[in-house]
Amino acid sequence: MPRALFEKVGNARYISHLDLMRVFQRAFKRAGLPLTHTQGFNPRPSVSIALPMSLGVESRCELLDFELEHPCACDEICGRLNAALIDGVHIREVYEQGDKLKNLALLQSRLILEYDQMVPDGATAKIENLFSQPELIVEKKGKNGPTQQDIIPMIRRLSVKRLSDGELEVSVLHSCQNPSLNPMQLSAAITRYLPDLAADYVRCFREEIYDTNETIFR
Amino acid sequence: MTELKQRILTAVQKPARYTGGEWGEVKKNLSDVRVRVAFCFPDTYEIGMSNLGMRILYGVMNRMDGIWCERVFAPWGDMEAEMRKNHLPLWALESQTNVRDFDMIAFTIGYEMAYSNILNMLDLAGVPLHAKDRVGLKNIVFAGGVCAFNPEPLAEFIDFFSLGEGEDSTVEIVSLYDRAKAESWDKDTFLKEVAKIPGVYVPSFYRHEYNEDGTLKAIVPLDGAPEMVTKRIIEDLDSAFFPTEMIVPSTEIVHDRANLEAFRGCIRGCRFCQAGFSCRPVRKKSPEVLYRQAVQTLEHSGNNEITVSSLSTSDYRGLKGLTDQLIPYCAENKVNLSVPSLRADNFSRELMEKLQTVRKSGLTFAPEAGTQRLRDVINKNLTEEEILNTCAQAFSGGWNNVKLYFMLGLPTETDEDVLGIAELVYKVIQAWKENAVNKKRGLRVHVATAYFVPKPHTPFQWEKQITPQEYLRRCRLLKSHFYSKSIVYDYHSPDLSRLEAVFARGDRRLGPVIETAVKNGARLDGWDEYFNYAKWYDAFRQCGVDEDFYTTRGYGEEEILPWDTIDVGVSKAFLKRERHRAYEGQVTPDCRHGCAGCGANRLLQEVACDA
Repeated sequence: MPRALFEKVGNARYISHLDLMRVFQRAFKRAGLPLTHTQGFNPRPSVSIALPMSLGVESRCELLDFELEHPCACDEICGRLNAALIDGVHIREVYEQGDKLKNLALLQSRLILEYDQMVPDGATAKIENLFSQPELIVEKKGKNGPTQQDIIPMIRRLSVKRLSDGELEVSVLHSCQNPSLNPMQLSAAITRYLPDLAADYVRCFREEIYDTNETIFR
Repeated sequence: MTELKQRILTAVQKPARYTGGEWGEVKKNLSDVRVRVAFCFPDTYEIGMSNLGMRILYGVMNRMDGIWCERVFAPWGDMEAEMRKNHLPLWALESQTNVRDFDMIAFTIGYEMAYSNILNMLDLAGVPLHAKDRVGLKNIVFAGGVCAFNPEPLAEFIDFFSLGEGEDSTVEIVSLYDRAKAESWDKDTFLKEVAKIPGVYVPSFYRHEYNEDGTLKAIVPLDGAPEMVTKRIIEDLDSAFFPTEMIVPSTEIVHDRANLEAFRGCIRGCRFCQAGFSCRPVRKKSPEVLYRQAVQTLEHSGNNEITVSSLSTSDYRGLKGLTDQLIPYCAENKVNLSVPSLRADNFSRELMEKLQTVRKSGLTFAPEAGTQRLRDVINKNLTEEEILNTCAQAFSGGWNNVKLYFMLGLPTETDEDVLGIAELVYKVIQAWKENAVNKKRGLRVHVATAYFVPKPHTPFQWEKQITPQEYLRRCRLLKSHFYSKSIVYDYHSPDLSRLEAVFARGDRRLGPVIETAVKNGARLDGWDEYFNYAKWYDAFRQCGVDEDFYTTRGYGEEEILPWDTIDVGVSKAFLKRERHRAYEGQVTPDCRHGCAGCGANRLLQEVACDA
């Protein structure tokens, strides 16, 4: 099954996961690349997106698996799809066959913490310290109500950098499958344990995906 | 740092409604734009983007050189709260420009429950609500849509109304504005000139005088304004603009599909139906043009669903020709074809089977009344036999879901008619017992009753609306006669229909009521989450206006009606004749079985009525 690497940036970050599937289904049609359909009572076009993303997050490393009725060269798929896609959703590359999704393990994310006043003094060190503790419990919203979750085991590497007077950047390499960490949980942890460092607004970016050996996953 | 609007978008539900950027939206280079139009739909994005009329006029305006039309929708409550808290004025989607910076502000109004949204949107935009307070050419507010056929409740807020189909008149209006802006006319000059465009009604050019009993004494045209304004129509739909390059929303909307319009007008003449009379005369599109537009629309949009719409699609003569072409195309391209508004005739039954739409949605009938007597009164040409035959066929084909829609409070309705509904429902259940192939799965009969709302430009425009108490009594009476577990009975609270009745036949004295209600917090009245009659009740009391005057009183046949200035083609004499026939229980055959002389054909010059 072919796989596309795409980015979702700008205003497209407000498109939900389910809506994005529809955006792609229609884009394939517009591009004259008919998708195969699932069998069954309610046939659906065969497209799927690897790691569903929360509303508002931007990404340069999303994966879309799809199956075409008629085979087509990867470059051509890429060009035709991009001509049929909306601003903010852009195919970076198409592969004939992707790696097994179960090998996808790590995600490099970036959080920008925005402070309307000034980044408080010593913030960088305090945040790095917070995430160096052996355990850090954060509340996770689940289908059956909130649960408590220790996020430390899911963090492989983390660094904090001051970008400007009003912005901090948190770079984190974390697990994204079984279990998966929503990087916005890092911001929740800061708000809970370092309330003075609670940001006024947080932006979240997905930068790159890896297997467990930190080899880029495609 | 992230700007305020982006921050808010992260905090509200379904933010993609507010960003624009969909496939097919029109962007223009501002240096090429002379006139900017903010086209407002007074409800949410999901509703507005489902509206074909808005899509047509968006395309019509954006095809014009130097004109840029952008879309604006009513924000949901959470977004409105953020906007007000952060002092963010209402913006248009394409350029994200504030509405108050636009030259023209247009509204399309399809139902009365949107009135509060119109005022609320103007208020959110920071545009003065009253036409007289908007002094210059900037922010001229105009409106069209079905509600413009009685525009009086909105008279003090809207500068002018565009009546009828807008494909041609909108171009004339916007072109005139283009000239007015280039030549720096004042607003008065523009309004005088725009009033000369056929189909344009400028309410400030008419003085309404009242009798002591509250009825209208006179409508006085001022400064040579025409006594009546006649709605515009498109004579040749085949050559009219149709938006084959439609906008494809990036978030799900109510009718998330491509749309074809088979014809305009209706041959049926159901006496309660406003669209059935006010959209006349009947004009068709050829199946060839429809097929071509279907293919173009589907290819451009990538939609996987298309619907053929009209007021009564079985009455479209080209339906077989169209579906013979469309069904194979849709099958090959994996597109769902839906054809709603079919009658229970033989061809339609075959078509429904071919489309398999019944399997998905079940059968839906709208007998509207429970007895043949009352169906004759309202001229609803659907017999019990047709309903039961179709149901029997469907049940023997394995279906087990039927929806039946009725109205309560129709003129001359008695308890016998109300109980007739229960009898009809039992006959449907009986038909299931006799015909069902698999009784284990059980039967569901959904019955819904609506509260009859008399509408302008119909034979029932003079009728009384029954009181809410009486409506509820009839609902309970009906409910007490439903014994079967198969029946799911649903009736709406009467408040909304009462309000709808007030505004449908309202006059200018309702302007302050709408304004007060919006100040009290009324908005999104079409949504259960927001509709609150108490806010309206208070507004009526504060303004000293009695709802009963517009609802339960009924209007005299000799009375001057607020909408007498508006000519939709159908003559008042015809409506009176139809009303009298209703009281005699006489049906009027559909237009194809003999012209009933409604008068709408006089709007046609080039073609004949296609009834």
